[in-house]
Amino acid sequence: MYQEIILDHYRNPHGRGLREPFEAEVHHVNPTCGDEVTLRVHLDGDTIADVSYEGMGCSISQASVSAMYDLVVGKTVPKALETGEHFMTLMQSKGDASVAEKLEDELEDAVAFAGVSKYPARIKCALMSWMALKDASARALAAAHPTTPAGGQS
Amino acid sequence: MTQTVSRPTGARAPLPLDVEAIRADFPILTRTVRDGKKLVYLDSGATSQKPRSVLDAERDFYENYNAAVHRGAHALAEEATDHYEAARRTIGAFIGAPEREIVFTRNTTEGINLVAYALSNAATAKDPKYRRYAVGQGDEIVVTEMEHHANLVPWQQLCERTGATLRWLGLTDDGRLDLSDLDTVINERTKLVAVTQQSNILGTINPLAPIVARAREVGALVLVDGAQSVPHQPVDVQQLGVDFLTFSGHKMLGPSGIGVLWGRYEVLDALPPFLTGGSMIEVVRMEGSTFAAPPQRFEAGVPMTAQAIGLAAAVEYLQALGMDKVEEHEKALTGYALEKLAEIPGVTVIGPPDTVARGGAVSFTVEGIHPHDVGQVLDDLGIAVRVGHHCAWPVVRRYGVPATTRATFYVHTGYDDIDALVDGVRAAQKFFGVDPLDSAEVS
Repeated sequence: MYQEIILDHYRNPHGRGLREPFEAEVHHVNPTCGDEVTLRVHLDGDTIADVSYEGMGCSISQASVSAMYDLVVGKTVPKALETGEHFMTLMQSKGDASVAEKLEDELEDAVAFAGVSKYPARIKCALMSWMALKDASARALAAAHPTTPAGGQS
Repeated sequence: MTQTVSRPTGARAPLPLDVEAIRADFPILTRTVRDGKKLVYLDSGATSQKPRSVLDAERDFYENYNAAVHRGAHALAEEATDHYEAARRTIGAFIGAPEREIVFTRNTTEGINLVAYALSNAATAKDPKYRRYAVGQGDEIVVTEMEHHANLVPWQQLCERTGATLRWLGLTDDGRLDLSDLDTVINERTKLVAVTQQSNILGTINPLAPIVARAREVGALVLVDGAQSVPHQPVDVQQLGVDFLTFSGHKMLGPSGIGVLWGRYEVLDALPPFLTGGSMIEVVRMEGSTFAAPPQRFEAGVPMTAQAIGLAAAVEYLQALGMDKVEEHEKALTGYALEKLAEIPGVTVIGPPDTVARGGAVSFTVEGIHPHDVGQVLDDLGIAVRVGHHCAWPVVRRYGVPATTRATFYVHTGYDDIDALVDGVRAAQKFFGVDPLDSAEVS
């Protein structure tokens, strides 16, 4: 499960720290273990210009948010959320290598988390930051377009 | 240079219990985990494993006299009822209580909720005999900062329902109750004091006598959470001098789904019911109902019969070992574990540092490694521990850590299990490159 890529992200996280400006900030916790992340989203139009975060938790949760940062900054919100759906698929793959293979190009470093899918208790750790991103980007879009909510149900 | 990992060399006094003989009674301890690793089970504080005699007792019930108790006029119903009530006697005797004071619940959590709901139901009870212990506005409930969520959240909720105020005793830096403000926290407005006898996360065994004495002075009820004490030390309700004691079967070698609320009869008799329905009634008319005497008043529906019988078998197993020996056994293991963990640089025990008034729950942090990651490395080695906040979130917050790794001991635990734990923690330090003994690997 602990791929070298995961440990690299854990030791040297990308994009860590809370930055301004931002349109939405969310705080997500994993109530079974107390891990938490505070995450901000800054949009430029519908594009994610920055994701900044602080959090505490295990190597999986911390490396996951770092890998997510690399994947979603510069993408449009719908595209980033689609990537999040694919990451979810990877987490549900129960270690099926063919799923990881198919998603390798899109998920880049995040495909290293395939091994986590074999440990049901740890999947939540890997997903926490993606849940926070989904929540924050929906709020950020809603703030930018108050009359046309972007389908987020946060 | 030798390749041998450092082995503990500390004193190993002979253990009071015959670990090998006991292990032979637990079928699950023969299985392997994670690619053939020997199972090292250090999570009895979450739930204990079950000896064969408990499994046999449950199977015997279903195979030979399964029936709904306290109803039916047939032979099986009679036998089932006899065994169920015999279980109540056995379990009562284990804690020094008469059978009519033993209420079967699902677990400790349900026992505590039963009391909390009875106290708020008392405020609106139609029959004045149930209003004696009513809790309302201006009243106070006292807990401690050390409580498991099961002995905290039900009281928070009781206060929300009734307008009462929740107060609590704090903790000292070395993991003990801070009793310096006992006389102000427990005062004339206090209706009930709820306190754990042994912390599930710190291992601390609390001094109940001064708390009970102060509660008595002001006329407050006292409820003791015995989930972590009744399985591990002799407990006698007559000596405790309290009003309620709750505990769970599954933490004391018994089945899941069965727990006990012991209450002083006089108090139980003055409480309205929590759950209502079949079995707990006296007379039912369309216009309203009256209720049975305790303990039946608090056992609505067909009860957990096989589980109660299984718990009685667990009690008999523990009695055959001797609870004083169980306590001594775990004390020896706890002392050994504290000594060995203290030898690992970067490991900090959260809780009392010695075995004085302390049970076999040892929580610790490993510098630079999140407890989840410690737990994962241990799991890969076949070692089962608990990681997280252990349903005692205020405690980890109090000690400024996000979570801990917790090892808990029981009758089948031996020194070899603790050696495996210590080696596993060192392996985690090496893996994550934070081994203070091997600074070359530090990234």
